Amino acid sequence: MLDESKPLFIAVADQIEDGVLDGTYPEETPVPSTNELAAFLRINPATAGKGLNRLADAGVLVKRRGVGMFVAPGATDLVRRRRREDFRQAYIAPLLREADHLGLTTQELITMLTEEAPR
Amino acid sequence: MTAVQTRSLTKHFRDVAAIDGVDLDLDEGRVHGLLGRNGAGKTTLMKLLTGQVFATSGQMRVLGEAPVENASVLARTCFIQESQKYPDGFRPRDVLRIAEGLYPAWDRELARELIGEFRLPEKRPIAKLSRGQLSAVGIILGLASRAPVTFFDEPYLGLDAVARRLFFDRLLADFAEHPRTVILSTHHIDEVSNLLEHVVLLDGGRVVIDAEAEELQAAAIEVSGRAEEVREFVGDADLLHLQEIGALATAAVHADRGRAERARAAGLQVAPVSLQNYIVHRTNTAVEQTAAIS
Repeated sequence: MLDESKPLFIAVADQIEDGVLDGTYPEETPVPSTNELAAFLRINPATAGKGLNRLADAGVLVKRRGVGMFVAPGATDLVRRRRREDFRQAYIAPLLREADHLGLTTQELITMLTEEAPR
Repeated sequence: MTAVQTRSLTKHFRDVAAIDGVDLDLDEGRVHGLLGRNGAGKTTLMKLLTGQVFATSGQMRVLGEAPVENASVLARTCFIQESQKYPDGFRPRDVLRIAEGLYPAWDRELARELIGEFRLPEKRPIAKLSRGQLSAVGIILGLASRAPVTFFDEPYLGLDAVARRLFFDRLLADFAEHPRTVILSTHHIDEVSNLLEHVVLLDGGRVVIDAEAEELQAAAIEVSGRAEEVREFVGDADLLHLQEIGALATAAVHADRGRAERARAAGLQVAPVSLQNYIVHRTNTAVEQTAAIS
């Protein structure tokens, strides 16, 4: 369920971020509590809390005293902007590396992309 | 605060050092994993900390006090032993009734629920219980006691996959609601690795690893590819494990700064090393080093 190639608390944060991005957690609504997350993901509460705090530090979540963590206003744009910046490194670089192994030219890649893209 | 502290703790059985100069500081309110092979000293360490055997030398503090013959510490300590013996004719309900009198924070309702979930026949004599049911008695006791310091020594023995999952989930939920110090020894490392915050690996009575679980999760990587390329990449780096199949090789190495990126740039596949595999590698390395010295 969680991406095991990265530290657990980062995997937790990324999963919540995915939810913010796809509207599972709309802005200004609560996200699961530390203990709920821990039970659901079967991880230590301290790790779950660390993941949530990472998002709070990044401005994606805001703490409301005594109530819990909420998705910050503008969080969707914030996450989308940062993910776009990471896109080259995380997706384009490995794509080009594999294409190179297979002897695919850039033109062939572009053709594939155009064919596979919806519409 | 520190729940458990030891300094130069040593226990000899005749001429064998079961615990050999152990220095540990285990923080309060966390889940600590006590790992190691059979005979590494895990059970002896727990017995020392709960005053069941006496140290040969060294110091220890549990909840800030010396635990030996100390009722105030022992009432706040619960030790679930793998080979717990019960008086003849005792049934699970007798054990739980006595435990209720021993542990100030005992939760009777939780014990009830757990008996149902583990399907424990509470009126059957303990001598007639299966190994798994015997483990369930210990687990129920350990969880319902809500002791500030709880030791679980191999709580999983004989439990089926459903019951192991149940233990994991109930421990996690109860720990979240009632934070306390849990010291857990087990061979099922993969099953508990996401629960552990801190890990101690013992080997031959000594501490080989004393680290945050998170650091260990990122401590090593596995690189694989063509054997000559893997060997060249690894060079004289700290090698944990090397395996070759024909022209291919896989090596586990310490994940020093930037090493994963360099491996990818060199065209090698990079994969994380699970806590269980890391522990296995480190235990084997320790054995090899000892063999090299002697």
